[in-house]
Amino acid sequence: MAKVLVVTSGKGGVGKTTSTAALGAALAQSGQKVAVIDFDVGLRNLDLIMGAERRVVFDLINVIKGDAKLEQALIRDKRVETLSLLPASQTRDKDNLTEEGVERVINGLREKFDWIICDSPAGIERGATLAMRHADVAVVVTNPEVSSIRDSDRIIGLLDSKTEKAEKGEQVEKHLLLTRYDNARAQRGEILKVEDVLEILSIPLLAIIPESTEVLRSSNLGAPVTLGSPNSAPARAYLDAVRKLQGETVVEVQKQRGLFSKLFSRRAA
Amino acid sequence: MSLFSFFKRNTSAPVARERLQVLLAHERTIVGGAESDLVAILREEIMAVIAKHMAVPQDNVQIKMDRGASVSTLEVDIEIPTSIAAGMRPAA
Repeated sequence: MAKVLVVTSGKGGVGKTTSTAALGAALAQSGQKVAVIDFDVGLRNLDLIMGAERRVVFDLINVIKGDAKLEQALIRDKRVETLSLLPASQTRDKDNLTEEGVERVINGLREKFDWIICDSPAGIERGATLAMRHADVAVVVTNPEVSSIRDSDRIIGLLDSKTEKAEKGEQVEKHLLLTRYDNARAQRGEILKVEDVLEILSIPLLAIIPESTEVLRSSNLGAPVTLGSPNSAPARAYLDAVRKLQGETVVEVQKQRGLFSKLFSRRAA
Repeated sequence: MSLFSFFKRNTSAPVARERLQVLLAHERTIVGGAESDLVAILREEIMAVIAKHMAVPQDNVQIKMDRGASVSTLEVDIEIPTSIAAGMRPAA
């Protein structure tokens, strides 16, 4: 049975698109058939992060309007063959993103893929509510920062009320993905700690993605971080996240670096 | 600057945590979610019923819904101005 996963946050710039690409690629690397969909109509970026910007011919709106078939619009990844991308339209015809259209696309994808990952736009407007509409699982991307946490709380409220599952009296399975986390700063009391964020939002933790230069480096190169820099700390965190999403129990190893390694290595990631 | 304030200078996280807890406890009851629609309707109807019998300013009526794991509560808090309360008699 295909699973529909939404990557959402409310706030912009916290790492939804980066996380969609990394999780999608990691799931595909494990052999699953994965489709990632960009719901940010008018401001598409998932194609760019995945390095497929020059291969876009048709997009989500074309499929919804019937200008193109789903198969024509899907872009097969060149590195992982079980990974496909359905890009958003770059024109501003947001009105064409209809509830029935999205449902048709999702149902079409359910037949061909194991995972359908919806990259939500920021905000709580139609693009965002339609991206979460059919979700079985939600990954709430949050930075350890007050405005991001407030917006995530709002999104959790929407996941519990405005999704298809919620309307049927069921629950969307929610996970917290804490991104851009700097453990040293958290220990010094400069930023909120994981435990604080978990207590405030009260949803289970999927993974902590450490602040790392590798994330930007990968997006510069157009590769999901799990493909571009698979041994980096953020990539390993995303790979752990994917194992958890697939139902494995992952034991988190809190690596305490000794004084020696602290003195002789300048970068954590 | 005392030595104490030097050490305290950077620990802004506890303040962030407390501000968020207060804010979100409030926001969860008034914005977003299915409850908020229900609370808005209830608020309007309760106000209408009260208005039939006495003039209570809108701000004096607080309606809150809390959803717990086993029990949910609806809290209605109406503050009656002393001028009205003076004329009220408990039912016989």
